[in-house]
Amino acid sequence: MPDVLTPPATSAKLNSRLPEGPIQDQWSETKFKMKLVNPANKRKYTVIVVGSGLAGGAAAATLGELGYNVKCFTSLDTPRRAHSIAAQGGINAAKNYQNDGDSVFRLFYDTVKGGDYRARESNVYRLAEVSVNIIDQCVAQGVPFAREYGGQLSNRSFGGAQVSRTFYARGQTGQQLLIGAYQALMRQVAAGAVKMYSRTEMLDVIVVDGRARGIVTRNLVTGAIETHMADVVILGTGGYGNVFYLSTNAKGSNVTAGWRSYKRGAFFGNPCFTQIHPTCIPVSGDYQSKLTLMSESLRNDGRIWVPKNKGDNRSPDQIPESDRDYYLERRYPAFGNLVPRDVASRAAKAECDRGLGVGKTGLGVYLDFADSIRRLGRNKIEERYGNLFEMYDRITGEDPYTVPMRIYPAVHYTMGGVWVDYHLMSTIPGLFVGGEANFSDHGANRLGASALMQGLADGYFVLPYTIGNFLADHRPDGLTDQCPEAAEAVANVKDTTKRLMSLNGKHTVDELHRQLGKVMWEYCGMARNDAGLRKAISEIQGIREEFWKSVKVVGSDQDLNHTLEKAGRVADFMELGELMCRDALMREESCGGHFREEYQTPEGEAQRNDEAFSFAAAWEFKGVNVEPELHKEALKFDYVKPSQRSYK
Amino acid sequence: MRLVLHVWRQSGPGSPGKMVRYDHAHVDEHMSFLEMLDVLNEELIHKGDEPIHFEHDCREGICGCCGFVVNGVAHGPEPKTTVCQLHMRHFKDGDELFIEPFRATAFPILKDLVVDRSAFDRIVQSGGFISVATGSAIDANALPIRKENADLSMDAASCIGCGACVAACPNASASLFTSAKMSHLNLLPQGRVEAIERARGMVQQMNEENFGNCTNIGECEAVCPKGIKLENIARMNRDYIASLLKERPSEGTTAGAG
Repeated sequence: MPDVLTPPATSAKLNSRLPEGPIQDQWSETKFKMKLVNPANKRKYTVIVVGSGLAGGAAAATLGELGYNVKCFTSLDTPRRAHSIAAQGGINAAKNYQNDGDSVFRLFYDTVKGGDYRARESNVYRLAEVSVNIIDQCVAQGVPFAREYGGQLSNRSFGGAQVSRTFYARGQTGQQLLIGAYQALMRQVAAGAVKMYSRTEMLDVIVVDGRARGIVTRNLVTGAIETHMADVVILGTGGYGNVFYLSTNAKGSNVTAGWRSYKRGAFFGNPCFTQIHPTCIPVSGDYQSKLTLMSESLRNDGRIWVPKNKGDNRSPDQIPESDRDYYLERRYPAFGNLVPRDVASRAAKAECDRGLGVGKTGLGVYLDFADSIRRLGRNKIEERYGNLFEMYDRITGEDPYTVPMRIYPAVHYTMGGVWVDYHLMSTIPGLFVGGEANFSDHGANRLGASALMQGLADGYFVLPYTIGNFLADHRPDGLTDQCPEAAEAVANVKDTTKRLMSLNGKHTVDELHRQLGKVMWEYCGMARNDAGLRKAISEIQGIREEFWKSVKVVGSDQDLNHTLEKAGRVADFMELGELMCRDALMREESCGGHFREEYQTPEGEAQRNDEAFSFAAAWEFKGVNVEPELHKEALKFDYVKPSQRSYK
Repeated sequence: MRLVLHVWRQSGPGSPGKMVRYDHAHVDEHMSFLEMLDVLNEELIHKGDEPIHFEHDCREGICGCCGFVVNGVAHGPEPKTTVCQLHMRHFKDGDELFIEPFRATAFPILKDLVVDRSAFDRIVQSGGFISVATGSAIDANALPIRKENADLSMDAASCIGCGACVAACPNASASLFTSAKMSHLNLLPQGRVEAIERARGMVQQMNEENFGNCTNIGECEAVCPKGIKLENIARMNRDYIASLLKERPSEGTTAGAG
């Protein structure tokens, strides 16, 4: 492993392009210094946008409005289905409409602190700054945010924030914001500024003279492998939580675009930073295909418990108070059931590891509303959580008004991603990355209602500027796909496809993906340790070998073939999983969502090591089955001084 | 439990399809309908057969990817439930299920249960947006909006674009989808500005896509997993008629082009 105990200094291979000067002025100054493209020349540039969710869709629409010739790609049948749609809670913005003391600086401060001091101050400040423009833009587009009777926008406090800065559209905020971006995108398609490629998957990036100049795609309906050349390529391809097989991500969410860029020279940032959400509906059987999140607000009125005795199979209402262990209330008397996400998640795992878990699989804990219903009445609980109770009932067939809910943590969001500089450009010049696909703004842990904010900030208000600045220095040169680099990338994609089709082994893609997911969850999930991570690396290598020997892909590569699509994505997860474990092993500290059992305070809290690990990790690909090289980007905290959190 | 499934299998666009029988012996009551098909598909792959293709992504009932017809009902028997959220406990041992794609001229079948719903995108391109470029917005609270309108707009905006309404309609009309999109925007003051052009553009596109006409049957509302109401269609018709009365030759060419 690389030597990690040297004080962090930024690697010569990383140029973060962080602006100078007071943080309040950095983004304005940067924008002013940016070069501009003459309006008449914009249409001569081709911009490729891969992904059509909040980051990709917003970027594609805005760049189309600006006059660039945009090509936008999605593997789904329409951009309106991108996984941004599933976000429930809301979107933060420092509007201070509630006059409760919020400000750009406070949102910035909360985000840096929430990220456990592993994010760049400059990026986070910019995020907080443009958050206010996002809300204006979305309302103008017709996003039906919740309103008060006076016609003003409504806000709520979210995820323990002390100000009410979260804007929401019922429990469907992600859907409504995505539809806003989708409408803007469709308007540009109608205007001829954006050409949309649906059911088309990016499988490689074409790098010419060290610069991203295009992509190789597969038409998912006809199987055709095609090239698309451009002056700049943007990825807005989402997170990689599906490396765990079971997560709250949509089934199609994958790392392929980012991973294949990594293999072409884009460094991968902080891959081990994943967020695990404590209140999800537990796994019910081996057939389980995904996990469903339940809003965290349930912990406000629900009490979490497990039976005191192993093997207590009585139905929960038959277990008397004396035989119940309200373990969060016992261990954290001050915060009780409201301890932060990671603490609640790890505590649930600990109880289940001790054999006290409930439900058929033993992987669940009770979230009980009986006390609240007695105290407040059923009507009050129904008013607060009615839709969530209904959702739970629909999935489990149990009525949470009479039977305690069963919950268990699940992978929810990945803070890591392709390393990008302040301009959101990766280490491949001309390859930009926005939204969850990059690593930039959330550090080691993301605050609730901040994912939507980041996706739209990148797409509407950051990339349109930084792309222009890049293009101003790179005149169109008429490069076509008649270059050896494009031919090589096409050959690479065709070879991989052919190989996957030819193996015809004995394991289905899902079987091997499940194996990978189990290893990741066990050793690189809520709690990690040195021995476990080493074991995971070797097991993943074994599963990967098995995959390339014996995966079974049926059908043809000349038409719609979901098995083939899945196989290609899982092949990338097989490599990413190993990198995540390496990153987790390297980071000998606990921070945010990354909990190393060896590094905890006596109270069991995450213990950071700022001296040795105040850096972002950027991994450089050196070949499959070759150890990647670690580069460090030192993090400086001039405005928010690192401190240790406590829930005593 | 065991089920007998009859599933529409079609290898590609334009090729002939047929119902194929599968005896499914490994169904658990806690599975979702799609998980039930996953299990069957794993068995098919092991046998070297192609799995049944169906569209799906979020499996939480919000993305609108999934959807097919179960025993004649789009999204199956449970009200206000997408097929990904439909669980097998609503069926019983020995049930015989007929599973078919959403059928409509405007939704050509791509493979098995997967259909092409891109006509919906083209309807939205014809006016289903507010013409505001990034950066040109006023402060979000500068334009107060009646809560009632905001709520009705949100009701309409919760459409997931799955296409069940088209599949359920004997005329294969897309009126519920189109009117939901239109209501979402036309109920808001910022959307009212282009309401007339929007109505004209979207309705014309809907007709060009070979969707049928609405004859107020109401099957669409009955199967809609999001409870989108028929009243949206009334609202659409009102704005569309207004657009016909207000049409001027010079406007005809620009309608809905943004």
